[in-house]
Amino acid sequence: MTTRIGVVTFPGTLDDQDSLRAVRIAGAEPVSLWHRDKDLHQVDAVILAGGFSYGDYLRAGAISRFSPVMETVIEQAKAGLPVLGICNGFQILTEAHLLPGAMLRNNHLHFICRDQKLRVENAETAWTSDYTAGQEISVPLKNVDGRYTADERTLDELEAEGRVAFRYADVNPNGSLRDIAGITNAAGNIVGLMPHPEHAVEPLIGTGRTDGLGFFTSIIKKLVNA
Amino acid sequence: MARVVVDVMLKPEILDPQGQAVQRALPRLGFDGIADVRQGKRFELEVEGPVDDAALARINEIAETFLANTVIEDFTVTVEEEK
Repeated sequence: MTTRIGVVTFPGTLDDQDSLRAVRIAGAEPVSLWHRDKDLHQVDAVILAGGFSYGDYLRAGAISRFSPVMETVIEQAKAGLPVLGICNGFQILTEAHLLPGAMLRNNHLHFICRDQKLRVENAETAWTSDYTAGQEISVPLKNVDGRYTADERTLDELEAEGRVAFRYADVNPNGSLRDIAGITNAAGNIVGLMPHPEHAVEPLIGTGRTDGLGFFTSIIKKLVNA
Repeated sequence: MARVVVDVMLKPEILDPQGQAVQRALPRLGFDGIADVRQGKRFELEVEGPVDDAALARINEIAETFLANTVIEDFTVTVEEEK
């Protein structure tokens, strides 16, 4: 049976189509999920895609977190369902308290859109096993609310438990504490990051590299071997 | 109808670049003497029925779970005088 990976569309989501495409290119069956539908349609994993869900009103991700689909995603993620939050999806995961910390306005207040070098810090999560620890990859970054923040105790815990999944290499583009670009939960099934791997899966577009494809091949391998 | 105001502010230890940008603009506009600015959000809730302990408890829950993200923000709840 083919692996089914769902991508949630909220009002204001922008990168659902690219995420579905990345899933297909990696070799799984992409399944569109709708924010008002609690049913996850038997998917094996869920991606919360980037964009500006609900216009980022109140705070980025704050309203989406209470949508019907998230009720099921939160419940199943806690039970082990693999979930990847990209950009706005990462913001939703922190608002839903599936991942610790919060995202704030970039320290320089500008919207950024650039190719960003990242260092893979944890290559053992459900979404990163096709990378190696210490590997540097380049994928697009585009956001205005990308400054990762958590209290010192949480940051120390994340570091000690190896839960910093990605760090910004070369430059810290937004003032994120400890250069954190992405984190994972303790079980490794939930991963969130600000940069966009789904925009870097074909040599023709984006960075001209396919550095982002590993997220999607990692999860497929994990599910097939499960 | 009674009004209850929820004020939400970034915690003191959290960097507020928007407030800083406002503060830096003040001298340029001819306003001197402001050492620091921090920017927050104000929500005005028009409450149906009496603002009793039960209603305030509910509003505190709204503020804590939704209006503020307590990882980064503090909030206060104030009942305004009825006009």
